[in-house]
Amino acid sequence: MMLDTTIIGILISAIAFVTVYAITPSLITVLTKRNMVVKDYNKETVTMVARPGGPSILAGILASEFTLYAFFHTPEILAIIITTSLAFVVGFVDDRKVLGGWFKPLALAGSAIPIILLGVYVPHLEFPLFGLVRIPELYLALIIFMIPITGNAINSIDVLNGVASGFMTIASFALTICLVIVHNYDIALASLPLGFVSLAFYKYHKVPSRIFPGDSGALTLGAMYGTLAIIGHVEVVAAIALLPAVINSFLFLSSVKRVIEHRQIKAQPVVHTDDFRLMASDDKSAPVTLVRLILANGPLTEKQVGFVIFRLALFSAALAIITAFMMGVKI
Amino acid sequence: MRGKPIFLYIFVMWTFIIGGGGLLVSIIAPLSIHGFGKFDDMVDSVVKASIAIILVLLWVLLMSKIKNWIFQKQIKH
Repeated sequence: MMLDTTIIGILISAIAFVTVYAITPSLITVLTKRNMVVKDYNKETVTMVARPGGPSILAGILASEFTLYAFFHTPEILAIIITTSLAFVVGFVDDRKVLGGWFKPLALAGSAIPIILLGVYVPHLEFPLFGLVRIPELYLALIIFMIPITGNAINSIDVLNGVASGFMTIASFALTICLVIVHNYDIALASLPLGFVSLAFYKYHKVPSRIFPGDSGALTLGAMYGTLAIIGHVEVVAAIALLPAVINSFLFLSSVKRVIEHRQIKAQPVVHTDDFRLMASDDKSAPVTLVRLILANGPLTEKQVGFVIFRLALFSAALAIITAFMMGVKI
Repeated sequence: MRGKPIFLYIFVMWTFIIGGGGLLVSIIAPLSIHGFGKFDDMVDSVVKASIAIILVLLWVLLMSKIKNWIFQKQIKH
């Protein structure tokens, strides 16, 4: 049985990786032909990049999760498929039309409803060292909040080449390890495609990007991560692995003090030096962001900032794994 | 090392999550409210949910203060 599970794990991981790896170049060609390109503002010469990469990310997730569903007919896999697909639709609509700042959180809250309808949650929160707390009514609100939070956290960190997909690769593999540590092997298996899809997409998203994930890609990744956290019953651990992205959203919201889109910001938090490195803005009205704080001690290249964010992601991933081990310890 | 204060901030956030969870599990969860007859369960839930929400708001406020303290130099810059 364990061997079967390992083989299925390898199979769905390969399907997730190969699907995105194979489809993305064609998607780049199609998007470029249709003039669905945006300017990469962090390049010295005018560089247009295809967007959105969400369709190939979703294709990888659906191909692997449907394969898994063929082996295990569980409502948990259905919840992943439906919620992630709905989040993709929300993101795709936002990619095609510029919508208000409140549209995404509200629409993403709606995409969490299948988790409730399928009943694939345990209505209590488990904390390391101290045990669990039963919150039946409050937990429903937590589900509704969780998907917009994880979706927007990944979307808000998608500001530089390769960051969203690289960050998601680290966070999702950490989540898989945590699920194994807490002995939730079924959901650990279902979480594998997220890491492999992110890793395959990173190949085309890293500096210099050939494609951007767009809202459809970022929200798809974030929503799947949130769904896994809920159905895997590792909400606290998942939140810890996501801390750099959560901090980025928190810094942004606490400095602008309202829910708005990044594109609505007039004063940019990051500017360019003459040699086109990134530099923190001196403008006091510009929002505080993770990238701006990283650049506070002086300019860096886009690639260097990305690697600092990856180090932060690895640090949070380590804390999440420690927390998962602490789940088994009670004081 | 670049981003040192951010590593510190993440670590502080982590300890607050663990500590806050402990507070929730050890003190608030065992609370039991009686005297409302058949509404006991509902009142109990509402009170616990309210305390939890207040705790989250306090957590956000505290993290905001710590953010200003840790990143003072950077934000001024």
